[in-house]
Amino acid sequence: MLIARVVGTVVSTQKNRKLEGAKLLLVQPLTLDEQPRGVTLLAIDSVGAGVGEKVLVVIEGKAAGDALGRKAAAVDAAIIGIIDAVSYYEASGTITHG
Amino acid sequence: MQLARVMGEVVATIKDPNLIGSKLLVLQPIAGSGEPVGRTLVALDSVGAGVGEHVFFVRGREAAFPFYPAEPPTDASIVGIVDHWNMEK
Repeated sequence: MLIARVVGTVVSTQKNRKLEGAKLLLVQPLTLDEQPRGVTLLAIDSVGAGVGEKVLVVIEGKAAGDALGRKAAAVDAAIIGIIDAVSYYEASGTITHG
Repeated sequence: MQLARVMGEVVATIKDPNLIGSKLLVLQPIAGSGEPVGRTLVALDSVGAGVGEHVFFVRGREAAFPFYPAEPPTDASIVGIVDHWNMEK
């Protein structure tokens, strides 16, 4: 799983049947200190996330399909949680990003 | 999944029997800003996309799922045509 920020929404009328009704969001993966890391990805939303929120994203097909609740769906990324806060430990002490 | 723009088509007469009848398209992945990112790739089309359109595609084993019960040997498939997208600045 990785930490990402929701940065946009995507609208698609013509798509694979198994994706009908699914909400698609653009997410930007983040490092622990909240810097953008890598390219923006498209993920299925299963928790009701919105633009600007920090979320937990799975990048694996089986897990993403499970989150969508459909077997053999052509998805490889899904938002599975909205992050309240992340804490981690460094030599300088505990760092928390809310 | 990732956004991409369809750049072109690939024609292959001799190919795996499970690919017969499928359209192969050349994709340039793009960032949310619309800028090209990374290398171009060839993906199997499952939605009737065409050159110039913005699409999204799936990578990995799940790329074969849109063609069920056929199991084409693909590692990337287009699963949707993008009408529009919004990106926070």
